[in-house]
Amino acid sequence: MSKTPEKQPGDPNTTGHSWDGIEEFDNPMPRWWLWTFYATILWGVIYTIMYPAWPLVQSATAGVLGWSSRELVQQEMVAFEEANAPWNAKLVETPLEQISADAELQQYAVNSGGAVFRTWCAQCHGSGAQGAPGFPNLLDDAWLWGGTLEDIEYTIAHGIRNEESDDARYSEMPAFGEILEQDEITQVVQYVMSLTNAQTDDAAAQAGKVVFEDNCASCHGEDGKGDVTQGAPNLTDAIWLYGGSEEALTETVTYSRFGVMPPWENRLTDAQIRAVTSYVHQLGGGQ
Amino acid sequence: MAILDKHKILETNATLLLIFSFLVVTIGGIVQIAPLFYLENTIEKVEGMRPYTPLELAGRDIYIREGCYVCHSQMIRPMRDEVERYGHYSLAAESMYDHPFQWGSKRTGPDLARVGGRYSDQWQVDHLRDPQSVVPESVMPKYGYLERRKIDGKYIGDVMAANAMVGTPYTEEMLENALADFRAQADPDSDYDGLLERYGDKVNVRNFDGQPELTETDALVAYLQMLGTLVDFSTFTPDASR
Repeated sequence: MSKTPEKQPGDPNTTGHSWDGIEEFDNPMPRWWLWTFYATILWGVIYTIMYPAWPLVQSATAGVLGWSSRELVQQEMVAFEEANAPWNAKLVETPLEQISADAELQQYAVNSGGAVFRTWCAQCHGSGAQGAPGFPNLLDDAWLWGGTLEDIEYTIAHGIRNEESDDARYSEMPAFGEILEQDEITQVVQYVMSLTNAQTDDAAAQAGKVVFEDNCASCHGEDGKGDVTQGAPNLTDAIWLYGGSEEALTETVTYSRFGVMPPWENRLTDAQIRAVTSYVHQLGGGQ
Repeated sequence: MAILDKHKILETNATLLLIFSFLVVTIGGIVQIAPLFYLENTIEKVEGMRPYTPLELAGRDIYIREGCYVCHSQMIRPMRDEVERYGHYSLAAESMYDHPFQWGSKRTGPDLARVGGRYSDQWQVDHLRDPQSVVPESVMPKYGYLERRKIDGKYIGDVMAANAMVGTPYTEEMLENALADFRAQADPDSDYDGLLERYGDKVNVRNFDGQPELTETDALVAYLQMLGTLVDFSTFTPDASR
């Protein structure tokens, strides 16, 4: 055991605490610490003067800098809008088919349209526009409602079978489960499968041809090649939105399908709609 | 400095230190929180806000029960990237009937404050059943079992009464018709005029999940399809001082 050290002259006072004979010098706080502490208090006071802070009766103090997060985002939005304004104006003025003739404009349309696509369209149509079951692939040349620039623009602006837009594209396949007998459905499914050379029951397919002509041909055409004016898919191209298996086709015929796309005219600007139209059109399948 | 010497009394007495610490925290809390209850510009006046319909309220409870808020926020901050991606920044008024609010701060998934109307009902149903079927890169778990859980709205009137107790302005009429409105919203063949009269013409009346039965998916999709669609931004002028 070491002896308790003698108090030397010049040593600071102790705090007065004693733990088992161990005492503690009452040293002042280090200067750097103390000054930093005072500086933070000063900074706090200045901050509340410069920025919105103190609640008063009606509202809080606005701060002498007049800082406002709403103002800032507004300014930033406007700055970008103004920077893009000449391009957007040109995009709205130029007829859709002529956009691609102007290389620079086409580049702007495809790049900004790609950004719009990835923000608003990718969740359903896939980040690469490859689609998903029930949500069309936009890379191929199969178009339910037409693949020209005008058709694509109309579909984007007004959507399909939605309640929000009065101009939405609309058609409704009947649920044939309520119209046809079960064996007729089986036959027509066999016939539809035979259109794409799938393994089928020939006898049933022959019988199904009659059912098809009586019930399906008015929309899908005598030859089953569909009709873009009423969103009736081509049944001969082996591209299936809801699956081409016997099971999936039976479900489609029995209960029908009712794919909905929201309208974008109220969420996107004209320039954005035309940009994303150009983007989708140039993905590969545009007509 | 006499006052600093007095401070020593606090430092050397645990009970006094506790009492005075509590006092300091209380003052800080009052200064920060109390003004929000009386300042006129805390919740600005906007047009279109309404209490949730019974079905939406049930969907909201499922949203909370399933912990959706753990990965999804409902708060679009006033920054350009957020406004470009999600739409107009959120207003306090938009969560005035939320008890509790669902702002959140964790975004494993995207913000949902304005998800209403962005996707079709079928997409919402497919996505809840199997998120990766429509968004292959998603890490969201599957919620297909919600489609198999039927709901009857037995307690929805009580839930609404509880919300009314904490300030949501449900009228007597709304409370009396809670169950009828609950069922009508998911059944386009029903007589839903009363529902629209009580909650406004913009209420979505659809068979949300496409099944004949009323399920938790119906309620959740009804809630999601309403999110962020209530306020009429054409009549809204932002006040920079807020």
